[in-house]
Amino acid sequence: MLAVKNLTKTYKSGNRALTVLDDISFEINRGDTFAIVGPSGSGKTTLLGLCAGLDRATSGSVVLNNILLDRLNEDERAFVRNQHVGFIFQNFQLIPTLTALENVMVPLELRGERNIKERSLKLLERVGLGDRKHHYPAQLSGGEQQRVSLARAFSNEPKILFADEPTGNLDEETSEKVVKLIFDLNREAGTTLVMVTHDMDLAGKTQRIIRIKGGKLISDNILAPTGGN
Amino acid sequence: MAWRDSRKNRARLLLFISSIILGVAALVAINSFRENLKKDIDRQAKTVIGADLVLSNNQPISDSIEWLLDSIGGQRAHERSFASMIYFPRTHDTRLVQIRALDGAFPFYGDIETEPQSASSQFRVGQKALVDHTLLLQFNANPGDSVKIGNLSFYIEGRIKKLPGQNGIAATVAPPVYIPLKYLNQTGLQQKGSRIRYRYYIKLPAQTEVEKLVKNIRPRLKSEGIGIRTVASTKNNLGDAFDNLSEFLNLVAFVALLLGCVGVASAVHIYVKEKLATVAVLRCLGLQGIQALMIYLIQIIVMGFIGALIGAVAGSLIQTTLPFVLKDFLPIEIDLAISWPSIFQGIGIGIFISLLFALIPLLKILKVSPLLTLRASFESTADKGDRINWVVYMLITAFIYLFAFLQMGSWLDALFFCLGLGVSFLLLTGVARLIMWVVRKYFPVSWSFIWRQGLANLYRPNNQTLILIISVGLGTALITTLYFTQNLLLDKVSLSSIGNQPNMVMFDIQSNQKAALNKLTAEYKLPIIQEAPIVTMRLTNVNGQTKSQIEKDSLNDIPRWAFNREYRVTYRDYLIDSEKTAEGEWKGKVARAGDPIYISVDKGYAERMKVGIGDTLTFNVQGALLDTYISHLREIEWNRVQTNFLVLFPKGVLEDAPQFHVIMTRTEQQNVSASFQQAVVRNFPNVSVIDLGLILSTIDEILNKVSFVIQFMAMFSILTGFFVLISSVILSKYQRIQESVLLRTIGANRNQIMKITALEYFLLGSLASVTGIVIALVSSWLLAYFSFDTSFTPNLLPILGIYVIITTLTIIIGILNSTGILSKPPLEVLRREV
Repeated sequence: MLAVKNLTKTYKSGNRALTVLDDISFEINRGDTFAIVGPSGSGKTTLLGLCAGLDRATSGSVVLNNILLDRLNEDERAFVRNQHVGFIFQNFQLIPTLTALENVMVPLELRGERNIKERSLKLLERVGLGDRKHHYPAQLSGGEQQRVSLARAFSNEPKILFADEPTGNLDEETSEKVVKLIFDLNREAGTTLVMVTHDMDLAGKTQRIIRIKGGKLISDNILAPTGGN
Repeated sequence: MAWRDSRKNRARLLLFISSIILGVAALVAINSFRENLKKDIDRQAKTVIGADLVLSNNQPISDSIEWLLDSIGGQRAHERSFASMIYFPRTHDTRLVQIRALDGAFPFYGDIETEPQSASSQFRVGQKALVDHTLLLQFNANPGDSVKIGNLSFYIEGRIKKLPGQNGIAATVAPPVYIPLKYLNQTGLQQKGSRIRYRYYIKLPAQTEVEKLVKNIRPRLKSEGIGIRTVASTKNNLGDAFDNLSEFLNLVAFVALLLGCVGVASAVHIYVKEKLATVAVLRCLGLQGIQALMIYLIQIIVMGFIGALIGAVAGSLIQTTLPFVLKDFLPIEIDLAISWPSIFQGIGIGIFISLLFALIPLLKILKVSPLLTLRASFESTADKGDRINWVVYMLITAFIYLFAFLQMGSWLDALFFCLGLGVSFLLLTGVARLIMWVVRKYFPVSWSFIWRQGLANLYRPNNQTLILIISVGLGTALITTLYFTQNLLLDKVSLSSIGNQPNMVMFDIQSNQKAALNKLTAEYKLPIIQEAPIVTMRLTNVNGQTKSQIEKDSLNDIPRWAFNREYRVTYRDYLIDSEKTAEGEWKGKVARAGDPIYISVDKGYAERMKVGIGDTLTFNVQGALLDTYISHLREIEWNRVQTNFLVLFPKGVLEDAPQFHVIMTRTEQQNVSASFQQAVVRNFPNVSVIDLGLILSTIDEILNKVSFVIQFMAMFSILTGFFVLISSVILSKYQRIQESVLLRTIGANRNQIMKITALEYFLLGSLASVTGIVIALVSSWLLAYFSFDTSFTPNLLPILGIYVIITTLTIIIGILNSTGILSKPPLEVLRREV
């Protein structure tokens, strides 16, 4: 489902080149759950962004669902994201000017699909927010916002879900509810899950954990049997 | 804290303030110019009139006045001026000019600037002339050629570059030609009934107290209808004329500044919104509301100062272009100097007004609750009906009113100015709110995502509908009103040259020349469209009361000009095409000498004079007093090419009075026109020919110059409008950026985001420009109806043009602003901005 090969990302900071990711390689099978862990500043989120086609690598390649992302321009990568990818962010990243329901509908609207209200509402109800459909993000609590973002992530029936510290901004109780929802929805939809976290308990719920530090992959542990392509 | 807090936002803060730069620049430029002009008028007033005292009348001064002047002493020069044709023998060209026959050493102060320089003194000693340089250019003539005036040829001694006190516009209408007075009689142009202006230039002995002297002799001079100009009165007149102009220009500049302030308010509004979280944190840490307010107040004052300073510097530079812009209206040379009072005033007004406008959004900071740190909510900072807000609104209104009053000098005019602005603001706000309501209420749910997204952006949180509609709408209204007004003025004077209307007028025709001239006209196969005898007279009594009796009667408000003006009156027994009976009966004839004389007057004239049917007017016709009765009022179409008359006499009264005649004809071809004019000038040297084509193009030229000045000032408003537009749109980037990046993240392509953005700005630009145009239409109609007394039919094409330009610019600015975001990878933007 996802193949990362010799991925390196370097930023220029004044005259200095700062290597954030250094020669990272791994592969993930369809339907697997996968965690990237590491301390703050280790390059986790950058790696996730590159895998999801949100940025370009300095060198190396990313193949997502058999599509080589490196050669695509920004619009083509946007198309890939819209067709195959779902996102969950630590700070929810809902569009502040849209209501909860509208936020869920956006990925489908971008595809040009019609009659999507029912489906989106069902998803919103699935995450327990059917009655908050007309509320704007600012009118929702953190947990509620994350649940809306979860419904949005699954609305386009993605093949792969990228989650960046999905419980980072939530309390313990809410975190548990959100994590349960993520894994339940993931299982129901058969989606591949790639999650960045520094919460080892959460990482432990996945089948495989890779650990990075200073931009380098330092370990790759398979906790449970993974599927095969 | 204010300094530290602004660290990351200084570029943006400067952007807020950029909106006021042009307004301040315009104010400083106009005020500096006014200041310099005042100084120069003081310095140069003597050279403007060229003497200490100038007396003028339409007849030579009497012997008693001659003695009076002799008793005053000093030096004297004498000039007789009148309109006449001149003829260039080499090229056979003719043209109506202002002949000035001069005797004496005028100007006593300043110079007639000529080329060669010696010509201004040399022409006085022989049969020589000084000719206006544009006239020489026009007919490809040069010093050394000859020019024929009346029956006499003159050697052109030099070209006139500049006359004391004459501006470019005056020379365009009737270019001046100087000849020595002693040759005037030989030209044959000075005949009975000729309309000659007699001027006496006097240089008083040193130490004469001019004003005291004038006060003593004024009653004597006035009793003979002699006009008096002194250096002081010239200063006042010049000062007044330019005060009016600069007041108008100042108001235009002020509107630019106000527009800029709307921009400041909107920018600060967005800025404050983003700062609420920071303020909440600071409040948690123990900062008081007023301290929080001060942080941002100080930032705005500092940025306002920088903006106003840049504006003041720009204004001082722009000032140097004003003499060029106004050169055709200036009778004096302007020495440009930095005007510190204008600079300080500009900076002061700039800071004060941007602070006032910024206060409205800044006051929200007072109300920020520390709870915001824990939970963001929409309503937490709402402060509807807050008293302080109302105080600020009242302060703004008071300031605008006071400023308008200081410029206009009339409480009522200032009130109308403020009302106009207020109504425009309310209308634009109303339209913005209505649009948001309508779009929300009747949202087209079945439309495509892009359309819905673009439409929904009009009412969603953080929308820019209100602010963009106000700023762009007000800018459009201002620009369009200026455009319409300019056209109104142009339309009013564009005498129709179509149909069978005359386009050539011959006047100063003596009675004994009339038949021969008619014959000449017939030889050229030209029609005689109208001919009229003209008798000049003055009004002495209204209903038996003289001017001085009326002046003493406080209840009688007949205007003074009615007595001061010279009336050019005709007589006939019928009405012409351009006249219609408004009231009474036109008798048209007096059967026997001694019968009552029933006259007809223009209805508007009667209203201004406060007279009507049955009232009596007494006229002095070259010494003979005639009592007349108003029996008829006429409505006259003044803008038709006709010789129209305020007062119409019946036949049988004026036939023997000294008079001249006017004949009007029409010619289509320029060569016929030219050869006919040459024939007229050759055979009837005293007859003047006005080529209306030439007059029309002259008027057009003058209006172009006037509208250039207006456009130059309007440019500040237009540019400010765009500054506001650009800064509003750029600031909105900070709001829209998150949305666009997120859309991009979840798969929107560049095209989709572009379309949404273009649609949003198309709707905003359209709504703003349409509302602005509607406001302009209404205000132009009001101006046409109440100020210019004319009808207003707007041309559809320019309206469409304005709409397209404003809307397209709004879209372009909006899209240009988004492209930066779209070309960057989402992750980079997500990490940096969100």
